[in-house]
Amino acid sequence: MSDTDNWKIWEVFVRSKNGLSHKHVGSLHAPDAEVALKNARDVYTRRSEGNSVWVVPSEAITASAPEDKEALFTPADDKVYRHPTFYEIPDDVGHI
Amino acid sequence: METINFEERFQEYVHSEQKVEPKHWMPEPYRKTLIRQISQHAHSEVVGMLPEANWISRAPSLRRKVALLAKVQDEAGHGLYLYSAAETLGADRADLVGDLLSGKAKYSSIFNYPTRSWADIGAIGWLVDGAAIANQVMLCRTSYGPYARAMVRICKEESFHQRQGYEIMLALCKGTKEQKEMAQDALNRWWWPSLMMFGPTDKESTNSAQSMNWKIKRKSNDELRQEFIDKTVPQAEFLGLTIPDEQLEWDEKTGHYRFGPIDWEEFYHVLKGNGPCNKERLEARNKAHDDGRWVREAANAFAKKTQERKGEHSAA
Repeated sequence: MSDTDNWKIWEVFVRSKNGLSHKHVGSLHAPDAEVALKNARDVYTRRSEGNSVWVVPSEAITASAPEDKEALFTPADDKVYRHPTFYEIPDDVGHI
Repeated sequence: METINFEERFQEYVHSEQKVEPKHWMPEPYRKTLIRQISQHAHSEVVGMLPEANWISRAPSLRRKVALLAKVQDEAGHGLYLYSAAETLGADRADLVGDLLSGKAKYSSIFNYPTRSWADIGAIGWLVDGAAIANQVMLCRTSYGPYARAMVRICKEESFHQRQGYEIMLALCKGTKEQKEMAQDALNRWWWPSLMMFGPTDKESTNSAQSMNWKIKRKSNDELRQEFIDKTVPQAEFLGLTIPDEQLEWDEKTGHYRFGPIDWEEFYHVLKGNGPCNKERLEARNKAHDDGRWVREAANAFAKKTQERKGEHSAA
């Protein structure tokens, strides 16, 4: 394959409507950001799926490793006091 | 020290209906099977554009033309979603496309049949997309996350494909005698190849059991084929068309249709590259790839130039 077929990979994020966050929808190949945006529009928004698109070079994303999942996320599991249901309020008080 | 058997743990994980994501540990054969299956699926979407594109310029009305254009454009998009999913497994898209163009990689044999009349466009949407949807609905629950997500997107978009095909058939069947004959002729030619799309029988399908165990596949080839037949026969009756199978019969006991033997010799013949259009399809793909080279080169040159200009600006 010639080097013209080796465009870098971009991750695509689409905001489905104002008021919502951009959400990851997939990836694509493009030689630069401008073409990546155009491709993203064609590939991921053919049915009015969004009104705003972000493209980010895949290589710019730093991801946590799956094997670090426990170290990173289990400490939150036993902190039930971070949730409102942990606190006992008599029903008589009404909504609080 | 306790030895951890990664493969056993993986198997348990998959059996507990949890999804595998790109960076997770997975057995090498699982990765390889997925890359093969997803890339073949992507190639099928891409090659699948060719038989239908044959009729875009000759669609009988503007309404039919915009629908067919949108459908073919969707297939291109579906190919891209699937190549992306394959890349999350460490495959390189350029290599996958290279294998398609050199003839090394396979794609669905159904696209090696010709589209002789406008009715074929109806039959493809109704039968070929119908069979593809049966398979793809199952794959929405596949164990590999990126593949499952691509399938959810694809299924949402494909339901229009089947409806537009059936609508074409319906219009022809309500039309003149000649138009109805065209529809019957298309059904006659597409019925058996559509049943072959589900692959060899369970007894003959060597990879199936492993794929089921890994939850890549959730239903067997024969189960999916039966589902498709049960769903499609009443639709043919509604059209007033006859399915070209003399042994087709409703079985009260099983609640399924019984059907005649599939000509597997034809299936393997087309699979080996000897179908009516294998050569033509591959040539068309190669031509499109070669003809597009200057676009890729121009885009690269433009990207490079823009980058250099930016460099000059920030230096100044």
